[in-house]
Amino acid sequence: MYITDKILPELPAPSSSKGVLHWLKTNLFSSPVNILITFLGLFLIYKIVPPAIQWAFIDATWVADTREECLGEGKGACWAYISNRFGQVMYGFYPPEEYWRPNLAGILLILLTSLLFIKQMPKKVWIGAFILLVFPFIAYFLIHGGSFGLSEVGTDKWGGLMLTLIISLVGIAAALPLGIILALGRRSTMPVVKSICVIFIEFWRGVPLITVLFMASVMLPLFLPEGSDFDKLARAMIGIILFQAAYVAEVVRGGLQAIPKGQYEASVAMGLSYWKSMNLIILPQALKLVIPGLVNTFIALFKDTTLVLIIGLFDLLAIIENVLGSDSSWLGFFTEGLVFAAFVFWIFCFSMSRYSMALERKLDTGHKH
Amino acid sequence: MSEANKQTDQKFALQMINVNKWYGDFHVLKDINLDVTQGERIVICGPSGSGKSTVIRCINHLEEHQQGQIIVDGIEITGDVKQLEKLRTDVGMCFQHFNLFPHLSILDNLTLAPRWVKKIPKAEAEATAMKYLERVKIPDQANKFPGQLSGGQQQRVAIARSLCMDPKVMLFDEPTSALDPEMISEVLDVMIELADEGGMTMLCVTHEMGFAKQVADRVIFMDAGQIIEENTPNEFFNNPQSERTQLFLSQIIAH
Amino acid sequence: MAENNTHLKPSKPPIWNDPKYRSLFFQALLMFGLGLFIYTIVQNTLTNMEARGISTGFAFMSEKSGFDILQSLIPFNSDSTYGRTFIVGILNTLLVSALGIFFATILGFLIGVARLSNNWLLSKIATVYIETFRNIPLLIQIFFWYIVVLRAMPSARNSHSLFDSFFLNVRGLYLPAPVTESGFIYTVITFIIALIAVFILKNWAKKRQEATGQPFPVLLTSLGLLILAPLLVFLVTGSPLTWDVPVLKGFNFKGGISVIPELFALLLALTIYTAAFIAEIVRSGIKAVSHGQTEAALSLGLTPSQTLRFVVIPQAMRVIIPPMTSQYLNLLKNSSLATAIGYPDLVSVFMGTTLNQTGQAVEIIMMTMTVYLTFSLLISAFMNWYNAKMALTER
Ligand SMILES: Nc1ncnc2c1ncn2[C@@H]1O[C@H](COP(=O)(O)OP(=O)(O)O)[C@@H](O)[C@H]1O
Ligand SMILES: [Mg+2]
Repeated sequence: MYITDKILPELPAPSSSKGVLHWLKTNLFSSPVNILITFLGLFLIYKIVPPAIQWAFIDATWVADTREECLGEGKGACWAYISNRFGQVMYGFYPPEEYWRPNLAGILLILLTSLLFIKQMPKKVWIGAFILLVFPFIAYFLIHGGSFGLSEVGTDKWGGLMLTLIISLVGIAAALPLGIILALGRRSTMPVVKSICVIFIEFWRGVPLITVLFMASVMLPLFLPEGSDFDKLARAMIGIILFQAAYVAEVVRGGLQAIPKGQYEASVAMGLSYWKSMNLIILPQALKLVIPGLVNTFIALFKDTTLVLIIGLFDLLAIIENVLGSDSSWLGFFTEGLVFAAFVFWIFCFSMSRYSMALERKLDTGHKH
Repeated sequence: MSEANKQTDQKFALQMINVNKWYGDFHVLKDINLDVTQGERIVICGPSGSGKSTVIRCINHLEEHQQGQIIVDGIEITGDVKQLEKLRTDVGMCFQHFNLFPHLSILDNLTLAPRWVKKIPKAEAEATAMKYLERVKIPDQANKFPGQLSGGQQQRVAIARSLCMDPKVMLFDEPTSALDPEMISEVLDVMIELADEGGMTMLCVTHEMGFAKQVADRVIFMDAGQIIEENTPNEFFNNPQSERTQLFLSQIIAH
Repeated sequence: MAENNTHLKPSKPPIWNDPKYRSLFFQALLMFGLGLFIYTIVQNTLTNMEARGISTGFAFMSEKSGFDILQSLIPFNSDSTYGRTFIVGILNTLLVSALGIFFATILGFLIGVARLSNNWLLSKIATVYIETFRNIPLLIQIFFWYIVVLRAMPSARNSHSLFDSFFLNVRGLYLPAPVTESGFIYTVITFIIALIAVFILKNWAKKRQEATGQPFPVLLTSLGLLILAPLLVFLVTGSPLTWDVPVLKGFNFKGGISVIPELFALLLALTIYTAAFIAEIVRSGIKAVSHGQTEAALSLGLTPSQTLRFVVIPQAMRVIIPPMTSQYLNLLKNSSLATAIGYPDLVSVFMGTTLNQTGQAVEIIMMTMTVYLTFSLLISAFMNWYNAKMALTER
C-alpha cells in the first residue's frame, strides 16, 4: 500500500534533453551517417547560395542605359535588361498611355475579391456571381475598349503578365460552371448524359495541352461557317476553357462523392427538385470542400499558360523569350529574363499553394468537429 | 515501497526505480517507483493525461525515459538494439486502437513476428496462431482481413497476436475504450481468462472497475505524472485514502 | 373492396410528368442536338477545306517527307515517308518519357524520403527543392536547361570531361558505347543463367524460411550472383568487350553514344520537375501509414528494417502507386513541350513539321491526339486493375 497527497513540483528537463546543443545533436549529428549528410548539405548550400546571391544582388546592375554598362569583369545579373522595358514585360504591346485601363480593371478585381475574404460580409454569393458574370464584361470594355469613348486596343496588342493573368483568370472563371455541369452529368443516372460527360472529360484529360492549342488555332477555324473568323486569343481561350473544364469536373466530382448519401436523401425527402437540391444543399457543401483542389488546378493552369507562346501569343514568358531576347541592342541576357519569369511565376504559384494548404487544414479540422 | 529497491531482484518481473520523463519541457513522469512480481496483475487508472500510457510505453521502450531505471526480467533497459529485440519479445502490448496490419490476413498478422523474429517454421507458427485464435474464440476468421472484423474481434486478434510471441509480461493500454459498449465484455472475458490461467504478468490501463475488482492484485492510481495511491482493489474502491482518488472514483461512478 | 384493389397497378402520372419519360425525352433531345452539332461541324469543315484546296484522307502518309530528323531510333532520311515520320515521333516521345519516368522515380523517391529524414538540414533541402521546382512552369525550366545551361557549355575542343571518356559540350553529351566481340555471348548467357538461378534461389529461400524459419539473405546473394558470375565468365573468356570511347575529330566528337542537347535538356527538365511531384506523393504515402502501425510492429520485436519491409512499405505503396501512375502520364504528356526546343518528338515532327508541309490539320491532329489518348487509356486501365486488386486483398 502506498499513498501520497503530495504533488511533486515540475522540474526542468535535464540539460541533456533540451537546449541548442541537444537540438543540434538530435537533428543534425545523431549518427555518423547524419553527420556526413549534414556536412554534405552544408557544402551544397555553400556551393550554391553565396554565388547566387553574389550574381543576383551584390554584383547586379540595376540601372543601365545600354547593354555595355552591364558587361565587364565581375558584373553579375543585368536587371536593367528587364527594368528598361518593364512596360512590355507587364503589358506586351499595349499602348503605354492606356496602361491605366488594365490597371483599373486589376484594382477593381482585387477590391471585389477582397470583399469575399471579409468574414462578416453579407451576400457573398452575389459578390461571387458578380465577379464571375458581370466583371468580365466590365474588364473587357476597359481593356479592349472600342466603346464609351475608349480607343480600341486589339487583342494582338495584349501581352506580358497582363495576358498571362487574363488567360488564366478567364480560363478558370469560364471552366468553373462548365466543369460543375460536367461533374453533375458524370454522376447522372441518365446513361446518355453520363456517357457524353465521361467521354468529354476523359478526352480532354488524356491529351496534352499543346495538342489542344494546336487544335484551337488550326482546326477550330475549319469548324466554323465560312467567313466567321475570330482572333487567335479567343481561339486559344476556347481550347483552354474546354481543357480546364475537364480537370475542374474531376475535382468537383471528388467533392460530390465526399458528401454523405444522407444529404442527398434528405434533400429529396424535403421535396426539392433535382436542381433545387443541387443548388441549395449539395453544391454549396461540395464546392466548399473542393476549393483547395480548385486552387491546385488553377495553379496548374497558371503554369500552363506559358504554352501559348508556342502558338504565337505573347504572354509573360513569350515577351521575355521572343521580344526582349531578340532585341539586337540587348543581346545576351537570356538568363536574367528566364530567372525573372521564373521568379514571377514562383511567387504566384507558391503563395497560392500555401493558401490552398491552409484551406485544406482548416477544412480538415472543420470536419472533425 | 517508498524506499526504492536498488537491487535487481530476479523475482521481480518488472521494476521501475525513480523514473522521470519529460516531453520537451513538460515533466510527464515524476519519480515513478513500481515493483511487479512475476504473475502479478496490476490495473492502472487515473484521469486522462496523467501519464498512464507513457508509463506503459516506457516499459517496452516505445518511449525513452531520461532518469531512473526500468528493469524487465532482471535486465535494465538501455535502448541497445539487440537487447531491445529480446525485451520486446518478452513484453507483449495491446493498443487502444488495435493497430492490426490492414494489408495482412488475420493469420498473417499472427504469424509475422513468430516467423521473422523467432524464426519459427511457417506451419508451426500457423498452428500456434490457430491455437490462440481458438482461445480468443475466433478461429473461423483466420483468413479474413482486419477491415472485415468488428472492433471487439480486432482487439481479440491483437491480443492473440501478442500471445503468439509467448511473452512474459503483457501490457494493455485502454484495450476497451475504443470499443462499442456491447463489444467490451467479449474482450474483457478474454483478458479475464488469460489472468485466470495464471503465470502471466499483466499491466493493464483501464477504467473498467468490474474487471479491476475481479482480476487485479493491485490497483495503481496516477495523477499529474505520479503514482498517488496503490492498494488492493478492495481497499482501493471501498476505502480510497487520497483526496484525488476519491474525486476520480466519484467521477467514474457518476458516469 | 380491398381484394379488388390488389389487382390494380399503382396509378401513373400523366406521361409528360412521368420522370421516366421526361428523362428519356431529355436524352433523346440531347442526342439529337449533339448529332446536329457534329453534323454542322463536319459539313463546315468539308466546305472550308474544299475552299482552301486542302486534300483529305490519309494518302499523305505514304508520301515522301523531304526533311531530316535530328534523332531517330529507326533509320530515317529525307526519302522516308510521313508515315515513318509518325513512327519516329512516337518512338522519340516514348524514349524521352521512359528515361524521364526512370530517373524521376529514383530522384523523387530519394527526395521524398529525404524530406522525412530526421536530419533537419536534409529535410529542409528537400523541401526547398520541392517548393522551387514544382512552382516554376516546366517550359521555363526546359528553356533554362537548354539555353542557359547547355548553350553555355564549352565548344567540343574544350569539353568538360570525366575520365576522358564522358564529354559534355555545347553539342551535347557523349558517352562511351559498349562494343561486343564474339565471346561476349557467354557473358550474356551466364547473366541469363544467373537470373534464372536468382529466381530459383528466391523460391527456395522462401520455402526454407517457411519450413525452418531460417531467413536467407536473398538480396545480397542475388546481387553477388548477378554481378560476380557474369564478371568471372567475362574475365575467363578474355574480356570480349571494348568501349568505343568518343574522340575529338576536327570540330566534333566521333564514336560513342551521343545524346543531343535537346534530349538532354528535355530529360533534365522533365526529371527534375516530375521528381518534385513524386517526392510529395512518396512523402504523403509514407506518412499515411499511421505511427501506430510502426509501433505495433516494433512492439512485436520486429527490427526497424523488418518493420519497413513487412509493414510500412507494403501499405505506403498502395497509397503511392495510383497518383504515381498519373504523374507518369503527366510526364508523357509534358514531353510534348519538346517542340519548344526542337527535340523531335511526336508533336514536333508530326503536328509541327508534317502539318506545316501537308496542311492536313484534321487528320494529323486527330492522329496525334489518338496516340496520347491510347497511352492514357492504357494507364487508366492499369490503375483500375490495380485498385480492384488492392480492394480485393483489403476487404
Ligand atoms: N509525444 C508526445 N509529445 C508531447 N507530449 C505528449 C506526448 N505524448 C503524450 N504527451 C502528453 O503527456 C501527458 C501524458 O500523456 P499520456 O501518457 O498519453 O496520458 P494518459 O494515457 O494517462 O491519458 C499528456 O498531457 C499528453 O498531452
Ligand atoms: Mg492513454
